Amino acid sequence: MAAYIIRRVFGAVVLLLVVSAVTFAIFFLVPRLGGQTATQLATQYVGKDANPESIAAIKKNLGFDQPIYIQYWDYIKGLFVGADYKFGPDATHCSAPCFGYSFKSHVEVWPQLTQRIPVSFSLAVGAAVIWLIFGVTTGVISALRKGKPVDRLAMFIALAGVSLPIFFTGQVINALFVYQWPVWDSTDYVPFTQNPADWAWHLLLPWISLAFLFSATYARLTRAGMLETMGEDYIRTARAKGLKESTVVAKHGLRSTLTPIVTIFGMDFGTLVGTAVLTETVFSLQGIGAYSIQAIRDNDLPIVMAVTLVAAFFIVFCNLLVDLVYAAIDPRVRYS
Amino acid sequence: MKTRRVTAAVATVIALSLGAAACGGGGGGNNSSNGGNAKKDAALDSIVNASSKKGGTVNLEDSDVPDSLDPGNTYYGFVQNFSRLYARTLVTFKPAAGKDGLTVVPDLAESLGKASADAKTWTYHLRSGLKFEDGTPITSKDVKYAIERSNFAPEALSNGPTYFKAYLEGGDKYKGPYKDKSPDGLKSIETPDDQTIVFHLAKPFADFDYLATFSQTAPVPAAKDDGAKYVQHIVSSGPYKFQSYEEGASASLVRNPNWDPKSDPIRKALPDKINVKFKVNGVTIDNNLMADKTTADIAGAGVQPQTQPRILSGKYSKQTDNSYAGATGYMALNVNVAPFNNEHCRKAVQWALDKQSVLDAMGGSPKGDVATTLLPPSVNGYTKFDTYPTPGNKGDAAKAKEELKACGQPNGFSTTLTARSDRASEVAAATAIQNSLKAVGIKVDIKQYPSGKYFSNFAGVPSYVHQHKLGMMMMAWGADWPTGYGFLDQIIDGSAIKPSGGNNLMELNDPKINKALADAIANTDSAARTKAWGDIDKMVMDNASVVPLVYRKNLLIRPTSATNVTVTQAYLGMYDYTLLSSSK
Repeated sequence: MAAYIIRRVFGAVVLLLVVSAVTFAIFFLVPRLGGQTATQLATQYVGKDANPESIAAIKKNLGFDQPIYIQYWDYIKGLFVGADYKFGPDATHCSAPCFGYSFKSHVEVWPQLTQRIPVSFSLAVGAAVIWLIFGVTTGVISALRKGKPVDRLAMFIALAGVSLPIFFTGQVINALFVYQWPVWDSTDYVPFTQNPADWAWHLLLPWISLAFLFSATYARLTRAGMLETMGEDYIRTARAKGLKESTVVAKHGLRSTLTPIVTIFGMDFGTLVGTAVLTETVFSLQGIGAYSIQAIRDNDLPIVMAVTLVAAFFIVFCNLLVDLVYAAIDPRVRYS
Repeated sequence: MKTRRVTAAVATVIALSLGAAACGGGGGGNNSSNGGNAKKDAALDSIVNASSKKGGTVNLEDSDVPDSLDPGNTYYGFVQNFSRLYARTLVTFKPAAGKDGLTVVPDLAESLGKASADAKTWTYHLRSGLKFEDGTPITSKDVKYAIERSNFAPEALSNGPTYFKAYLEGGDKYKGPYKDKSPDGLKSIETPDDQTIVFHLAKPFADFDYLATFSQTAPVPAAKDDGAKYVQHIVSSGPYKFQSYEEGASASLVRNPNWDPKSDPIRKALPDKINVKFKVNGVTIDNNLMADKTTADIAGAGVQPQTQPRILSGKYSKQTDNSYAGATGYMALNVNVAPFNNEHCRKAVQWALDKQSVLDAMGGSPKGDVATTLLPPSVNGYTKFDTYPTPGNKGDAAKAKEELKACGQPNGFSTTLTARSDRASEVAAATAIQNSLKAVGIKVDIKQYPSGKYFSNFAGVPSYVHQHKLGMMMMAWGADWPTGYGFLDQIIDGSAIKPSGGNNLMELNDPKINKALADAIANTDSAARTKAWGDIDKMVMDNASVVPLVYRKNLLIRPTSATNVTVTQAYLGMYDYTLLSSSK
């Protein structure tokens, strides 16, 4: 098991390096191959007033006049030992891990991300708990009551959840519970470390909006999986052995249904941390998704690059976790 | 059938809930406050909910982020207005209702600038007892340093305008305080003592007091300046200082104990605290304003399009202010593209255009008034006139056809009109223009370009315009400072024609107009100068290369708890943040 974990972690690190190389190539190599000069490249990183002084400073700071491999090496080096940027009166040291420097707002990118990662992570965690509980429970009940009114109602709600976009459900929930019947005074983010109860209370509406969308998918997946599993021979055998129905369902039926659910959950959760743009926008949460949209709008490339890497990290990391969790939920999986 | 009934029921419940939420957004608000009694547009010419009560918290929200809150690194109108809470300038606009708000009054300085007879030397004396938030005295050297860093160090601070650089003697050679470490700095700004600052200009400039209102004249202690990072620890010279600042997310201002009200006759500084939140959903801001959960939308550009119908009638309408945004939307006719090289062809368009239909296409009266002049009504020097009057502003086909005959195109002609593709109202206006001109035989082909490159690559590049025969171009313009010169200089002066990125889209280079502008800005007689702007506006309209379309307006909403609310014309028709306070 230990060897497997080490191998997988090593694989994940290599994958992240590949992602960083591809991202770097898209931002720095492709434009060069497309014929852009160092000055043109640097111009894209300046703020509103692209004056020669700013362009020259950026050209130097980002090494646009250097060969591409040196540029990449400096970039990777920055992640581990930091980098220096010189503007105006002082040189700015971008501490490790240096994910770049925004030349538009003159801030290091990593501290900006660390402010926002807890927001996105909190949003994803709470929503995931809700959608897993409701989605899987609804799916199981629906499968066990196939064709009955409960099943039809649950699947109707699931269909609604999948069909309704988050900017609609989010706005409706906001309009009802913040403005019409102000149960919530606001949905402003409160850090977990400051007050866990307020953290959960203020995030509950975003969680519900997001979980409504995802529960639906999970309910339908669980239902389909359970229907298939409950028809298997080993389930009949389990019942024939005289096991209680609850044990048959939970220990034999659900356990095998969970494997694909966990796989998809890992992907969904990892992706969500970096891309919950709509929920963050509707509820004005200052998370990574909203930050990346602003960066894309401002053409603030260092931020876009950093968000791409961080989002990739979460996806890779969650997939790694999922693979490890397999062993616990599926005895057929053996690591060698 | 059953499913349809269930769907209908669910839809009805959601629709009713949304409707109820829309109509009852103020349920949680404090409607007993006297703010509920104010009338529609009351804050345009009076101070609504006038109060002298100290305390409370002003909460401001913005759907975006500004370029910077650093007074020396911003071009945003609302930061110019807002920064006056923590950054006092040599002079500023009087916090007052209506036209009075366009008056420039001394702030750090004891009086307005004293000009030499040729308007090339300007002297200001600072008040005594001025201090930074850390208790150190504010001197004229701190003001000089602030101007040097904001105008001459683009390698670190590139957001703000560079008028000081353009007008100060030797401004083109000075390298800025980060590169030029000589003790004198820029020699054309003298500080003979700690209270006096003297500006030597390269050419006469009678509007200098308006430049001195820019946040760039707010003092910055050189020892605390670290270029672009200064925004994270701004040293206050005003009644409030930063308690916290999170880049792109929020800021909180609290009282500055070292601000002496005796040294500041302008600010009342009533609220105890001022919070700003950035990147709040635009619709959420509107809902918060209606529900009295926030004090103002700091951007001050008006509510979202989807909120507009909810507040134009019903109980919220009396809380709205439809203010002039200090900008005119117009169509530029390029005098170097045929057939607009012929004055009569330009006049044919002036007469033919149904301006009312253009305004309607842009969203009707909440979005503005039909314009007949280039200068908007909220700018010093605006004179009301209409060189091409038509009944109901709907155009006069007979007069247009006469002009078409005179220009040798009796059956009309074909031309191209450009608009910015990502500005829906501009595209809608262009379509209305196309329909309107069709009636007199002028066939218009609309070409759309992205706004980010509109001036740098397309409409602002004369060679591109000539090559692609772009005769007509949609344009909108607001002044950097609210005088005729602040508005007109960059759009009608021949020197504003640039190889790319220019704003004089007509390529208007009329020696008479150029001279009139130069003469007026050299005239220190303020009344004569103000009259001159109206006269120049008439000259532009006689030339017929500008077709004014709309004086733009903002639709603002003031929550019931907001006190001392008034629109300032000096800052693009938003509320005056030096006055604004809250009963909460």
